[in-house]
Amino acid sequence: MTNTSSMQTGYAAKKKAVNTLIYVILSIMVLIWIFPIVWLVLASFSGDGITTGLVPTKFTFDNYIRLAQDHDKDGHVYAPEDMPFPYFKWILNTFIVAVLSCVISTLIILMVSYAFSRLRFKSRKTFLNLGLILGMFPGFMSMAATYNIMEIFGLKQNLFALVIVYSAGAGLGYQVAKGFFDTIPRSLDEAAKIDGATRNQIFWIIILPLSKPIIVYTALTTFIGPWADYIFVSYFMKDNSDSYTIALGLYRMIGQETMNEYFTVFCAGAVLIAIPITILFVIMQRFYVAGVTGGAVKG
Amino acid sequence: MDFLDYAQLTTGQKISYKIKSFFTGIPGAIAAIFAAIGRFFKGIFTWIGKGIGGYGSRFAKGDAGTKASYLIMGAGNILHGQIGKGLCFLAVEVAYFMFMINFGWSYITKIYGMNVQVDDNTIVSGVIGTQPPIYDVDPLFGAKTVTNLDTLDDSNKVLLFFVMTIIVSIAFFAVYITNTKSAFATQEIIAEGKKPIGFIDELKMFLDERFHVTMLIIPVLGLLVFTVLPIIFTIFMAFTNYDKEHQPPGNMYWWVGFKNFADVFYSNPDKSATFGKILVWTLVWAVFATFTNYIFGIILALMINKKEIKFKAFWRTMFVVTAAVPQFVTLLICKLLLADGGPINTTLMSMGMNAIPFLSNADYARVTVIVVNMWVGIPYTMLITSGLLMNIPEDLYESARIDGANAFQQFTKITFPYIFFVTTPYLITTFVGNINNFNVIYFLTGGGPSPASYYKAGQTDLLVTWLYKLTTVSSDFNLAAVIGIIVFVICAAGSLITFNMSKASKNEEEFS
Repeated sequence: MTNTSSMQTGYAAKKKAVNTLIYVILSIMVLIWIFPIVWLVLASFSGDGITTGLVPTKFTFDNYIRLAQDHDKDGHVYAPEDMPFPYFKWILNTFIVAVLSCVISTLIILMVSYAFSRLRFKSRKTFLNLGLILGMFPGFMSMAATYNIMEIFGLKQNLFALVIVYSAGAGLGYQVAKGFFDTIPRSLDEAAKIDGATRNQIFWIIILPLSKPIIVYTALTTFIGPWADYIFVSYFMKDNSDSYTIALGLYRMIGQETMNEYFTVFCAGAVLIAIPITILFVIMQRFYVAGVTGGAVKG
Repeated sequence: MDFLDYAQLTTGQKISYKIKSFFTGIPGAIAAIFAAIGRFFKGIFTWIGKGIGGYGSRFAKGDAGTKASYLIMGAGNILHGQIGKGLCFLAVEVAYFMFMINFGWSYITKIYGMNVQVDDNTIVSGVIGTQPPIYDVDPLFGAKTVTNLDTLDDSNKVLLFFVMTIIVSIAFFAVYITNTKSAFATQEIIAEGKKPIGFIDELKMFLDERFHVTMLIIPVLGLLVFTVLPIIFTIFMAFTNYDKEHQPPGNMYWWVGFKNFADVFYSNPDKSATFGKILVWTLVWAVFATFTNYIFGIILALMINKKEIKFKAFWRTMFVVTAAVPQFVTLLICKLLLADGGPINTTLMSMGMNAIPFLSNADYARVTVIVVNMWVGIPYTMLITSGLLMNIPEDLYESARIDGANAFQQFTKITFPYIFFVTTPYLITTFVGNINNFNVIYFLTGGGPSPASYYKAGQTDLLVTWLYKLTTVSSDFNLAAVIGIIVFVICAAGSLITFNMSKASKNEEEFS
């Protein structure tokens, strides 16, 4: 009897030690993971200029004010049209591009994934394979060619060129939504068909109302995309800083010549932009997980 | 060896068996790929053969209307009473010929200009375009200006419109074949004594039986113009000398065959040495980046999801938040933190230690990008595997415990095989994603450090960041196109091999 109980306490002690160890490891990891972000927030309030220390010595809101109303080293305020880094103009640009490409891409993705998931037609397999092959080319490999095409359409250094680039490629990103449509029971379609509904009516009246989660997910991902893209904007907009979107603009802010003066302003801009995106991402993370693993579980 | 034999091996034997079967599996997987490619081409040829056969036999069996529609599209439909449809076919034919006469044909004739004088003393065949630019040289300063901007052939436009003409022609050909089929089909319906379907009813089919056409037409057109057309254009560029010396409209470029590929693989010492080093580093990076994230992500998920651990939501949220901040922000912050004179090094030095060249020494930089990539990627893996861990049936663990399995055995026998089975596709996509991982490298090191021996690249550059630099910085479009094609081949081969091998090993590792 005593023997067992001492074994049990030994077991419990070991278990407790393991759990404590896990708590310690998790805490250290959280610190490592949170550190750069905390540092970013601190630096955005820093009055030291470019910081080399871990914690700033002076705190100020000036960096945030300078995003809207910038001044040069001597304190002369720039006129709005002369600002070297028009942060809110970039935000507006990005917002326009994001909204337009979100609407168009969501429609395209829903259409393609519905067709591949619930309609059966002769060349379906061929199209699926072609999509797979196209998807394996590096996304920006044909960037120069696309730029030439935009130039011919008269969209050189134009925000609409970005909308087109982001949404025209959306047709290849149908997998997650297709996985969702696959899970809606086919008996629904068949019942509707017996009642005389056309496939068009089935899509609008039956399938779409059931697909709210995937519509939200698709809209969120396509909306977030343009806020984070650097590659296409940097090649398409070249030096036309009025048409930059936020990622490229912020990147240019800490270029070699402006780094020292604008580093803390960059941090403020990054914090402002990161807050809404972080919230959106946290909202959609559960859809993200379901999307990535959904197809695999079914095999 | 079946699963029972396999299960009785010791761990060491199992590992060596796995390694052996991995390597013995490669030739089979490659053979399977070639077999698949073979089947693909065989399929295409039978399809073409059948198409030609059908085309001939429809003509032979066709009545006057069907035969007429082989020349005048829609004639068969009109004569068989389907006037609306017939007129549509006819309109397509007229439009296509107008397009070819006014536009398309000239680009087909210009795609291989013979004996074009591209500058004062060079005459080349195979130039893209036939009208070279004419220069006016300023007598005082020697500055050159192009005088015939309106009439010269811009190689870019010629090549682009050529590709466009080819795509339009293929589409027209498809409509043409449909037209002959449709004419013959209505002829047969009439022969059966039925009435062919009316135009309005036929249009209504696009909302029902042919709804897929309605749904796919806009996405497919978008992809054709803005994805397929540029990709074909870029593939053609790989066979030209479109580099910074040959920039339209002031200069023309021409076909050079496989020269660019030869340059990259062996004939140009600068480019081929750079390519070799970058290729090796890309593969090393992709393997390390994929597996470090995968393994540590699973371990993190296991720790958070351990039954006795409290505040699960808190731990998870902390990591998710770091993953949610836009990557370019976090990566640029990491770059600044790790810079030679950055906060971390300053702190190290104030504590009396030496500064560490995190990003400025090639060996350190390579380790740094992999470590920072773990910082970026582990939360994602944790997110994905957390959900999976909760899906593992609890009774599996229960029966394992009854059989006396300890925690470690439960992990190696139940948890890991389950997660590995379910995440194999995810692993493949991450691997391909890491080969294409632009952000981590570009924002952290910008590819650097960049010794002079690298051609327009640095020691941490991946193939894709090199591609980006070749396109944006040095305008070596032809070289960039070659790199793009190579990346495509690597990704396609990699996914096909893993896909085939995971299919082959599935029976043995079936987990349910």
